[in-house]
Amino acid sequence: MASFYQWFHRLGAPKSFYFLTEKWLPWLALATSVLLIIGTVWGLGFAPEDAKQGNSYRIIFIHVPAAFLSLAGYYVMAVAGAIGLVWRMKLSFMVMKAAAPIGAALTFVSLFTGALWGKPTWGTYWVWDARITSMLVLFFLYLGVLALQYAYRSGDAANKASAVLALVGTVNIPIIYKSVDWWYTLHQPATLKLTSASTIHPEMLYPLLVMIAAFYCFYALVLILATRAEILHRERRTAWVAELDGV
Amino acid sequence: MFQFDSFADFLIMDGHGVYVWVSYLVTLLVMVWLVIWPLIASRQTRNALRRSQARQQRFAERRGGSAEPDG
Repeated sequence: MASFYQWFHRLGAPKSFYFLTEKWLPWLALATSVLLIIGTVWGLGFAPEDAKQGNSYRIIFIHVPAAFLSLAGYYVMAVAGAIGLVWRMKLSFMVMKAAAPIGAALTFVSLFTGALWGKPTWGTYWVWDARITSMLVLFFLYLGVLALQYAYRSGDAANKASAVLALVGTVNIPIIYKSVDWWYTLHQPATLKLTSASTIHPEMLYPLLVMIAAFYCFYALVLILATRAEILHRERRTAWVAELDGV
Repeated sequence: MFQFDSFADFLIMDGHGVYVWVSYLVTLLVMVWLVIWPLIASRQTRNALRRSQARQQRFAERRGGSAEPDG
């Protein structure tokens, strides 16, 4: 256990994080590419057609993973912000800042693919339905955190303001999860459930699980890349960054 | 089993092809952008750092009087 704490403590220093993650990147990139290729080919070409929705349902293989990660990514951002506020860890604010544009992009993907799935399925690109509207609020929360980062002269004030907004915004997450049960919505109820059997055929479920795994790896990859870029920028006046030259 | 009879069928997907392919294409573009922007940002930081180091070095050489003529 002691060695785990040491390892964790070392990870909390921006310099150690930068060098540690350097070794993880090729493996994460490999896992992401392999899973993405398998999942995409399987989902687009080999999973059976849906009896009711035809081929339009194939959008599920990116829509659901993107939506999963836009929600999980919000927790990453909010928890990183909370750790920064409580323990004043420099690295955690950098993770929080890095998570904001990634989360916004993934929320955009899930809204966009949802709109394109809605047209042939519901006959409309957009409805002001509880699930979709709460996802739009999530998108604006991400943009709000991003905007606050640039709204202050002092980096410290910007970090604190962003972290507070991120924490307040977590109230939206359970609303998104539960929206399909609490309100009568056009959006179909959750396909995957932890507590009961999933309402999806195994031949569609397996490629979906592969794509979810792929998106998790992808998220880890881009979060690390963005955090490293932020580390370089904020630590650019330190000796260790100056010595990096040439790489 | 591949679900489509021909490549054309695969593209058209019984009329749903446009929605499916545009979804996948836009997702791909967003994912590529998410990988590329931090790499560009890191490179910009590095380049700015390298320029300021070179500037400082020139300044130091000039002050020390040992400067070789440089541009």
